[in-house]
Amino acid sequence: MAQTNEIAPETGSAEGTPGGTDEREPQAADASGGAGAVPSFDVTLRIRRFDPDADEPEAYWEEFTVTAYGTDRVLDAMHKVKWEVDGSLTFRRSCAHGICGSDAMRINGRNRLACKTLLKDLDPSKPITIEPIKGLPVIKDLVVDMEPFFASYREIMPFLITGGNAPSAERIQSPEQRERYDDTTKCILCAACTSSCPVFWTDGQYFGPAAIVNAHRFIFDSRDEGGAQRLEILNDKEGVWRCRTVFNCTEACPRGIEVTKAIQEVKRAMITRAF
Amino acid sequence: MQTHQYDVVIVGAGGAGMRAALESSTRARTAVISKLYPTRSHTGAAQGGMCAALANVEEDNWEWHTFDTVKGGDYLVDQDAAEVMAKEAIDAVLDLERMGLPFNRTPEGRIDQRRFGGHTRNHGEAAVRRSCYAADRTGHMILQTLYQQCVKQDVAFFNEFYVLDVLLTHDLAGGDVPAGEEVKVSGVVAYELATGEIHVFRAKSVVFATGGAGKIFKTTSNAHTLTGDGMALALRRGIPLEDMEFFQFHPTGLAGLGILLSEAARGEGGILRNSEGERFMERYAPTIKDLAPRDMVARAMANEVREGRGCGPDKDYVLLDLTHLEPAHIDAKLPDITEFARTYLGVEPYTEPVPVYPTAHYAMGGVPTTIDAEVLRNATDVVGGLFAAGEVACVSVHGANRLGTNSLLDINVFGKRAGIAAAAYATTAEWVDLPEEPEAYVVGEIERMRDRAAGERVADVRRALQETMDANAQVFRTATSLEQARADIAELKKRYAAVSVQDKGRRFNTDLLEAVELGFLLDLAEVVVEGALAREESRGGHFREDFPTRDDERFLQHTLAYARRGADGSTTIELGTKPVTMTRYEPMERKY
Repeated sequence: MAQTNEIAPETGSAEGTPGGTDEREPQAADASGGAGAVPSFDVTLRIRRFDPDADEPEAYWEEFTVTAYGTDRVLDAMHKVKWEVDGSLTFRRSCAHGICGSDAMRINGRNRLACKTLLKDLDPSKPITIEPIKGLPVIKDLVVDMEPFFASYREIMPFLITGGNAPSAERIQSPEQRERYDDTTKCILCAACTSSCPVFWTDGQYFGPAAIVNAHRFIFDSRDEGGAQRLEILNDKEGVWRCRTVFNCTEACPRGIEVTKAIQEVKRAMITRAF
Repeated sequence: MQTHQYDVVIVGAGGAGMRAALESSTRARTAVISKLYPTRSHTGAAQGGMCAALANVEEDNWEWHTFDTVKGGDYLVDQDAAEVMAKEAIDAVLDLERMGLPFNRTPEGRIDQRRFGGHTRNHGEAAVRRSCYAADRTGHMILQTLYQQCVKQDVAFFNEFYVLDVLLTHDLAGGDVPAGEEVKVSGVVAYELATGEIHVFRAKSVVFATGGAGKIFKTTSNAHTLTGDGMALALRRGIPLEDMEFFQFHPTGLAGLGILLSEAARGEGGILRNSEGERFMERYAPTIKDLAPRDMVARAMANEVREGRGCGPDKDYVLLDLTHLEPAHIDAKLPDITEFARTYLGVEPYTEPVPVYPTAHYAMGGVPTTIDAEVLRNATDVVGGLFAAGEVACVSVHGANRLGTNSLLDINVFGKRAGIAAAAYATTAEWVDLPEEPEAYVVGEIERMRDRAAGERVADVRRALQETMDANAQVFRTATSLEQARADIAELKKRYAAVSVQDKGRRFNTDLLEAVELGFLLDLAEVVVEGALAREESRGGHFREDFPTRDDERFLQHTLAYARRGADGSTTIELGTKPVTMTRYEPMERKY
């Protein structure tokens, strides 16, 4: 285990540029799936660390080498470090299968969920770099302050708005109407998209993709009557018009949401007022 | 230390906690304390649906749903509670729809429904379409919808605060508080992860909605954070736990990983096959086959493997076959779980069957409550102001085996009831004084753990616990295996007393919290094993090979397990009982 205490330069190319050195085909030996015998290999994690309790807190890189198996995810390797080598390594995680949204991180220069990224799908022969997601204040190691992210989410009124009395039975919605906003209901608020956005990095006031995705989820819901209000909010100078269609967010989304498309649809709705 | 005061404090922000908060916060000053951001809660991992006899697609009624719940729970269900749940299910679904939950729809635009294990028409005639769903992410949609409503109502959240103690007016752990004496809650003590600071929350009502304890097992569908905190805190303060020996092993976990593949896969037509390609459930449950309740399917799978008909190089799993379904149908109804198979096992469910094996999934037992979510401190007396709902609680609507979808239903029905009851109590009750130095116990525990220079690793003790539970207290149990687990746990508790953490810091010390959580797991595993040893019968999720039949004569009753502190300070588990409430269904043999 080697440790480098200087502040190393940023690694990785531009956010969300696949096809870099980190993208490899799965290794043939593991293609049989996870249930049988799987080969083991050593993997080195190069992790960005920050200890707020240190006398002079400063970020630094630290490398750990652990033994992993063909079906292991980045999260498994990180747990191995935390549980067997250095208990102070700190990160959030919960469900460990890509649904709770706790463990978004910058892995080899790209935002992903650590629990949904298999080591074999990276290139385990080279160190895997792991950093906190960008644009949010780092609290400790890979843990960032999520409050600004959730504040933007809350601002777009992320709840069904209806007028009149609630019906006694369910509201009617056709399968086609339901399908219209299906994609944006998948959001798990992991912040992978927002923290991959170069506009958000330079301007923390920008609502960011996740908030717009959640606005989309209601604007295009046939039952909702708050579309005009939400569009007004997003018409703000920190709203949708700041999006420069870089597509980082779509690349980053672990749920496969077409984030950039959703933002474009919100922009179009703003112009046409048709939604 | 900081002190806060709220009429109602809700501990946990999953489905039950947030459903309670929506009721309580309109009626009384309410705070929700959660160790996770609310949207990280494990309700979000639930997939298949939420049953309610809406009869949107075929004839159905809540009485059939009640019967299925009682029978599915192998007659250990309290029938009055099951009736409440099945009846209120309909409004619970409609409430969610009105809140904006994006249910899948019928061609007419109504909430669509599909089949699910153990849910039948007319008392077992055939499978019925009762589960309301949103693709295979119903839990995700429920969690998001409830959080959205909490945002709308401006509910006060304390996120990433770990509740580590519940404050009562009496010390129940000594076992000497007479029945009938009034015992009340006065608040909780919490640890703020970001700062390491201790917070005391004074409250008239406290609602526990802390979820399950699946991490006592190695192979589990549960999140890392499901360490049974609320159950263990109650136990330590002398409140009993009910029916903890009943743990559900979900049949279709991804083999080797335990990640859940919804029963909806079988509801949509998926078939389980052994190494001979046989649809083996035809032998075990001739009428509803693959849609038999989970305990039966899990046992059948384990039995196939044991008898040499498992698949794969080690013959240690069976196959979930979806290959006869149209890819478009799979994409529309089961998109997430098929992606899990691709991501984690590299299996393409369109063309290849998916390796599956039972995975520890759900605690049927928990903190005993009335149907108004009031916590019981023995078979009859409630603790004034203390409520519980969801997986942490045992109402008991799930009895010895929970039916699929009834957990999402449980959190909505009893979460709502808990919120209403907690607020009602708080509006009339007087404030109770906090004990002297309310934080002392938690501070002592935390500091002792942090200061211990060197010792056992948390991960080593936890792994050993999970391995013995998987080996000795899983789908098949015997007196011998359970005694082995009991001995192992006793040994691990000794090692736990010497556990130390490497991270000595104040801020975001997850190393420390994992150590605290391990203490909860050890206590709860002990209760599971003691209950399982004492219950010399097989019922629902609890299967004793040495007592393979149900024994209503001796065991048609709930277990209440108490942690009792002896004169020397050591704690032992004492078992008591509580009668099962029967209303209209006499126990019958359970056939499907």
